[in-house]
Amino acid sequence: MIEHNHNSIFTIVIGGAAGDGIREAGNNLGQILAKIGYEVFISFKYPSLIRGGHNYARISFSNEKVFYDNSHIDALIALTDETVLRHLPKLSKNAVIFTENYEKEKIERQNVTLVNLPFSDFIKNTKAPVIARSSAALGAMCYLLDLPLNEMLNILHKVFQEKSLESNITLAKLGYEHLEKINFRHWKEIKRDKINTKELVDGNTALARGLIAAGLKFYIAYPMTPSTSILHFLAKKQKDFNIKVIQPENEIAVINMALGIAYTGERVAIGTATGGFALMQEAFSLAGISEIPIVIAVSQRQGPATGVPTHSSQTDLRFVLHAGHGEFPRIVMAPGDPEEAFQCGAYALNLAWQYQLPVVVLLDKHVSENLTTGILNADSIKIERGKPLEKIDNHYSRYLFTEGGVSPIVFPGTPNASVKSNSYEHDEDGIATEDLDIIKKMQNKRFKKGESILKEIEKYETVKVYGDQKSKNAIIFWGSTKTVVLEANKYLNKKAKLIQVLWMEPFDVKRISAAFNGVKNIISIESNHNAQFTGLLREKTGIEANEKILAYDSRPFEPIELAEELNKLLK
Amino acid sequence: MINQDLNTKAKITWCPGCPNFQILVAFREAITELTSQNKIKIENIVATAGIGCHGKIVEYLNMNTFTSLHGRSIPTMTGIKTANPNLTVIGFSGDGDAYAEGMEHLIHAARRNSDIKLFVHNNQVFALTTGQATPTSPKGFKGKSTPFGSIDEPFDPILLMLSLNASFIARTFALDIPKTKEIMKRATEHKGFAFVDIIQPCITFFDTREYFKERIFWIDDSPANDPEIAMQKIKNNQNKIPCGIFYEISKPTFEAQQ
Repeated sequence: MIEHNHNSIFTIVIGGAAGDGIREAGNNLGQILAKIGYEVFISFKYPSLIRGGHNYARISFSNEKVFYDNSHIDALIALTDETVLRHLPKLSKNAVIFTENYEKEKIERQNVTLVNLPFSDFIKNTKAPVIARSSAALGAMCYLLDLPLNEMLNILHKVFQEKSLESNITLAKLGYEHLEKINFRHWKEIKRDKINTKELVDGNTALARGLIAAGLKFYIAYPMTPSTSILHFLAKKQKDFNIKVIQPENEIAVINMALGIAYTGERVAIGTATGGFALMQEAFSLAGISEIPIVIAVSQRQGPATGVPTHSSQTDLRFVLHAGHGEFPRIVMAPGDPEEAFQCGAYALNLAWQYQLPVVVLLDKHVSENLTTGILNADSIKIERGKPLEKIDNHYSRYLFTEGGVSPIVFPGTPNASVKSNSYEHDEDGIATEDLDIIKKMQNKRFKKGESILKEIEKYETVKVYGDQKSKNAIIFWGSTKTVVLEANKYLNKKAKLIQVLWMEPFDVKRISAAFNGVKNIISIESNHNAQFTGLLREKTGIEANEKILAYDSRPFEPIELAEELNKLLK
Repeated sequence: MINQDLNTKAKITWCPGCPNFQILVAFREAITELTSQNKIKIENIVATAGIGCHGKIVEYLNMNTFTSLHGRSIPTMTGIKTANPNLTVIGFSGDGDAYAEGMEHLIHAARRNSDIKLFVHNNQVFALTTGQATPTSPKGFKGKSTPFGSIDEPFDPILLMLSLNASFIARTFALDIPKTKEIMKRATEHKGFAFVDIIQPCITFFDTREYFKERIFWIDDSPANDPEIAMQKIKNNQNKIPCGIFYEISKPTFEAQQ
């Protein structure tokens, strides 16, 4: 078994029942660590319920880039006894458990220190809300990290929400001083050796900010895990961003409302999970035939049907690629982390308007909800509007045949222009037609846009290659699997070329094929049963993976376990 | 008088004698009057349609139009109005479109008082698919999918709208062009969700022309602003069928509150 390397990466778990504020506590601790200067990665595990159950946040941090959180726990903040029991087997040597009233004798582990934090007394003495009690543990963590008290207070003022600032800071101080009083040891093993100016952000927030950077004006969505936090973030910030956020009656209304918005010339995006996207199929096809620019963020979870709603999967790649009846061009991108989600959000909105078609940003629960330190650079984003006409003198044809397939666009309200959008096959004026010649020409016109996009993608990073460029081993992956593979790469005992495909449609055959030059041993990693991407790769390039590692039990890959499996397959 | 510029090159494909022709004439007249009186600019109107015989109407209108999917035009209309409040959004729909496939959208648009105008061509039958029962077909309706008679009770769209406190509720009869034109104009000028159920007999699959001619009567010209009084206007009067504007109130629109 691979030994966990203590000098490089540390992991903290905060666990409790749903309703204990685990997400906020995890987020706050992550923000503290990022502000101290560490690279951070956080994942959240939670069942689909409101109160009770077992929730936890796992936070790994280091001086070097943490691509994915590790399973070996160095500190456990347990708000319930169940948290202790569940995570005991994963505790590292010399791990610390912060909990209240837990009987030491119950822990059948050597080299594990149990620290009693009197949460109840803290709450009683400060009259703080019970949900804030984890803040005492955050204070204790800061002590453990050897952070001077005033520096901790400085950071906490930036991290905690205004409304609960005072009680949270008081509790953190109590936790800090409690460890000071018992003269507890500091973690001396982990030092700060650089100042990190990255921010800690999740994929959904990053995607939303990418959309904003590219000039989003409307966001329409119906709540569905794991896409809901896009809706929450944009709804909360709508006034700051000068956008409108609407939650209509269902997903069908969402997409049809968005098509109406885009028809008037406003930039709009919608978001949902794959189940919600299933409801949108007919209107997705409408966006295709009526050439309406729309961005759809689709986040995958474990299906089929309601499936395992709060767990991740990569089971909907084929569904999204073939979504909507009929044939029409589309763009599908699958970012693997928040930085990529930000970029894809911005690119998607621009490309939708440049080419007047639907663009899907395919996420999964891990990309959507995991947090990591990264840089979202809004200054790097230019807004591309396509080429809307200013005025019409005589006659306007919404679907004019052009060389590249993109028709000049104007919007309702333009004098002398009848802007006719049609779900029926139509002629250049947008009048329904059954003329065989026009039907074929119009289909060709739409697919000409597809050809134009194939040229356009040369400007984008459709595929990324990491690791040893000259290795005969290649590991191929997409979406959030990127984060696990790059973390696992730290533990591989043979070198490998790591290939991530970001653009699923159009599929960049030229560059993807080139990435496999000289490769003899191809290992594909996906979170689905049917090896959907592996099949796509073979279909588009003829390249076949000789080994597949597939997970479809809804549990995430663990980097170290994955590395062990990969080590058996690398040549 | 009709502005001839409202015509398009599209060939009209309704059955000869279909009351949809009268609806088209009434609408062109209403738009001609509203635009010539400078109440509205033609470029600031968007007409939408769902799928069904009604939907062909936008092919015959030289203005901004949006042909949506079956049952899905209502959220699109709200989207258009929300994104550009300067536009007047008028939707054509059918009883299959609005009352079967897209019922949920109708209810929510009325409830949120979206500032859109909906004209439902209610012929009590799916005509374009050659004759099946819709939610307004009478119980016992014999269509191709219900050869022994439909077993569903029909519902009353006017009562549904009143229960939702829709801010403009009217019914008209396609065969009466002047009355239909007048109600269309009033609906278009109403600020808020305007609902007009248009009785439009289908001469091919469910010819109710004589049935309605005998029963329709026009209520007085003063819409109620109280649901109780509206209820009295709506109530079926000894097998007679009231037409006119039953209810009109003023309340904040969805778009204005956005």
